[in-house]
Amino acid sequence: MSDSKQSITDKPIDNYRRKFLGQLAAVTATGALGSNLILHNFAEARPADQAVTSNVRYGLLIDTSKCGDGCNACVTACNEENGLQDLDRPETDAQWIRTVKLKDKSTARTVSLPMMCQHCEFPPCVDVCPTGASFKRADGIVLVDKHLCIGCRYCMMACPYKARSFIHEELTGQVQGIPRGKGTVESCTLCVHRVDKGERPACVEACEKDGHKALIFGDLKDPTSDIAKRVSTEASTQVRGDLRLNPGVRYQGI
Amino acid sequence: MNKVMNVEIFKSISWTKSALITLMLICLPAQAGVPMPDIPKGKGDKCVEETSLMRTDHMEMILHQRDETVHKGIRTKKHSFKECINCHAVKDENNLPVSYKSPKHFCNSCHTYAAVKIDCFECHASRPDNNKLNRTNSTVKRSKTNLQ
Ligand code: HEC
Ligand code: HEC
Ligand code: HEC
Repeated sequence: MSDSKQSITDKPIDNYRRKFLGQLAAVTATGALGSNLILHNFAEARPADQAVTSNVRYGLLIDTSKCGDGCNACVTACNEENGLQDLDRPETDAQWIRTVKLKDKSTARTVSLPMMCQHCEFPPCVDVCPTGASFKRADGIVLVDKHLCIGCRYCMMACPYKARSFIHEELTGQVQGIPRGKGTVESCTLCVHRVDKGERPACVEACEKDGHKALIFGDLKDPTSDIAKRVSTEASTQVRGDLRLNPGVRYQGI
Repeated sequence: MNKVMNVEIFKSISWTKSALITLMLICLPAQAGVPMPDIPKGKGDKCVEETSLMRTDHMEMILHQRDETVHKGIRTKKHSFKECINCHAVKDENNLPVSYKSPKHFCNSCHTYAAVKIDCFECHASRPDNNKLNRTNSTVKRSKTNLQ
């Protein structure tokens, strides 16, 4: 626990240092090589005994124009993967991904998009958490340490995306490896259990399987990754970008 | 180690952690008139550490692993909670692994005896996920009466 506290408070310094060093490196590279060539490490599967580092930042790019009409394959896949059960209480049933319909009043254009934890760089849920349960992993994945969560739900109120749910009922039959229980808050983990094995989140796989490929997952800091290439060459938006939380989830076609 | 224990000694030891564990260690080869916990054996012939160390320090190991996994993404198998459950599964009459509700569950064997209560299984699966055992498809709605 003290470890995690430490790494959380260390973050801002790390950020500044990284930016500073990054700029330095860019300057040197352009200076020395006379081009904008940037050297970097190739992404490789992290060994199980090594801690996550901030050399990677995981994110999603969601192209809403590719979403199938009325499709909710990502939602179903998420529920299945994480054992989220419908308890017939729509007000409070767990939802890690939900489909949101947006309507532009002046043009009547509607878009639907999957909304989940946006894995902010500056997550308000982490700021308000009194126990350190809400935290951001070094690789940018925002999580709840349910061992520390006291169920106060401040994070749910702080989240502008309404991305978190609270477990009101005692649960049984949880999926092994996805522990969930009454009295704690939860949200999309970017399928951290899969990501740690070098796999992609369940929603991304399901979307691809359905032939839409509306979701791509990857390391935003690796310039050779699909996601980094796409966001560096195509227009994409962050929902409520005005809040300057710098979400790791970006959208196209909204 | 296998000194004959009697109830007087048993009662006179204060209920501190070390005393409790020492007691259990001494008691393991079931003897004398004192009822002993019946600890089911795990798969294979060795635990992930020395058996004596497991008896005394298993909680430290899994709690340490917990923080390493959750905060740093370290997913080594050796001290993983999931692996304890898989290797220490106890089968019932129908050859299905029992849950923590059963007194026969490995983690219950000593805990019931030593009056230890853990909340881990409110969230963690207490048995291996054989073919997503016990889990219905997410599209199937569960009634509240089904929750037990
Ligand atoms: C590969 C299978 C395996 C795994 C994984 C495993 N164990 Fe064991 N464990 C065993 C076996 C076999 C024994 C009995 C060893 C003996 O008889 O000396 C044992 C013994 C124990 C004992 C002592 C029981 C007694 O008889 O007094 C405890 C406590 C224990 N394990 C806890 C754990 C915990 C906690 C974990 C997870 C960190 C774990 N084990 C993981 C196989 C396993
Ligand atoms: C050999 C007997 C034995 C077995 C088997 C056993 N435990 Fe324990 N466990 C104990 C004893 C005794 C304590 C209490 C120690 C104390 O009072 O600090 C304890 C305490 C704990 C604690 C700390 C509880 C607290 O409130 O501090 C945890 C967590 C725990 N055990 C988990 C497990 C799990 C999980 C299993 C099954 C994989 C298991 N134990 C199997 C004997 C055992
Ligand atoms: C409120 C729910 C909750 C409770 C109660 C809980 N856990 Fe967890 N635990 C989790 C979640 C969520 C994870 C993260 C799973 C992941 O990322 O793989 C986790 C992960 C772990 C891990 C790392 C994964 C593994 O299988 O090795 C360990 C170890 C662990 N918990 C131990 C414990 C122990 C011991 C207890 C009881 C003292 C406990 N937990 C109680 C929710 C809970």
